[in-house]
Amino acid sequence: MTGFYLVLAILISATAFGLWYRANNGRMRTTDMHTAGADEHGGETIDAQTIGVTLGTRATLVQFSSAFCQPCRATRQILGEVSGMVEGVAHIDIDAEANLELVRALDIRRTPTVLLLDGAGRIRKRASGLPRKADVIAALGDLD
Amino acid sequence: MTISTGANAGLTSATETGPCTRVSIDPRGPRFGGAITTVVLAIALITMGTAFGIAVIAWQTIVFALGAFIGLRAQPYGWLFRTFIQPRLPAPAELEDSAPPRFAQLVGFGFLVVALVAALLGGTLVSTIAVAFALVAAFLNAAFNFCLGCEVFILGKRLTRSN
Repeated sequence: MTGFYLVLAILISATAFGLWYRANNGRMRTTDMHTAGADEHGGETIDAQTIGVTLGTRATLVQFSSAFCQPCRATRQILGEVSGMVEGVAHIDIDAEANLELVRALDIRRTPTVLLLDGAGRIRKRASGLPRKADVIAALGDLD
Repeated sequence: MTISTGANAGLTSATETGPCTRVSIDPRGPRFGGAITTVVLAIALITMGTAFGIAVIAWQTIVFALGAFIGLRAQPYGWLFRTFIQPRLPAPAELEDSAPPRFAQLVGFGFLVVALVAALLGGTLVSTIAVAFALVAAFLNAAFNFCLGCEVFILGKRLTRSN
């Protein structure tokens, strides 16, 4: 009977985790703004040189993807649509595996992770997991 | 505007230049497989310590090996899905890349090899823990569309690669 109760306990805890995962996955969170300007770890600000593209005048959506990531493709599509729709918003999709130094500096742990930079390159919002399109648009609105 | 290849910075897009051959599959297949795997691993835990339990672990080890090293088409649960389930369903809204579920099969294979070796050597506790991890992953995949590669791949690279 031990095995049966073990299975039951595992499924109950996994369900609790799964519900939490679903509720929090992809949420745009406001990042800590206590230090403005770049520090030596690249913690708060990203410049055009770091990611290799010109920043959007209004905002830049920096997406980190990996090869074994299902929702990365959908994330790419959503962010592509948003950047095509909203003036001055750029989107870049970065292969996390090929840019581990940057991944470590920004403490990217899972893919997709999306950073929302304002016009000055400051990291204002962060989401890990597939974000909802409405949330991305709302987060852009919050920048102003 | 989406930019995915910043040549100057040596950036490449994961969605276009992944290490695996790109094959598109019905996303419901891996979830169906995850559901069967959940049941099989639950049976393995319940029958742990018996010869039947070892046989169940051995079976699932082979299933994961086929999915990881040969392909999802060679995986028995994928075959069940294509033969009996898919013909009765409407066409999928969109197809998905097969690399993420194959990676999950590889991780599952890793856990099951440990479980099988431990079970054969009489290490029931180690075998139980390994099967339990695989069960959690399979269940989360089937019930919540949990993407194992998203959670562990980059973290693993960060820990194992120095540059």
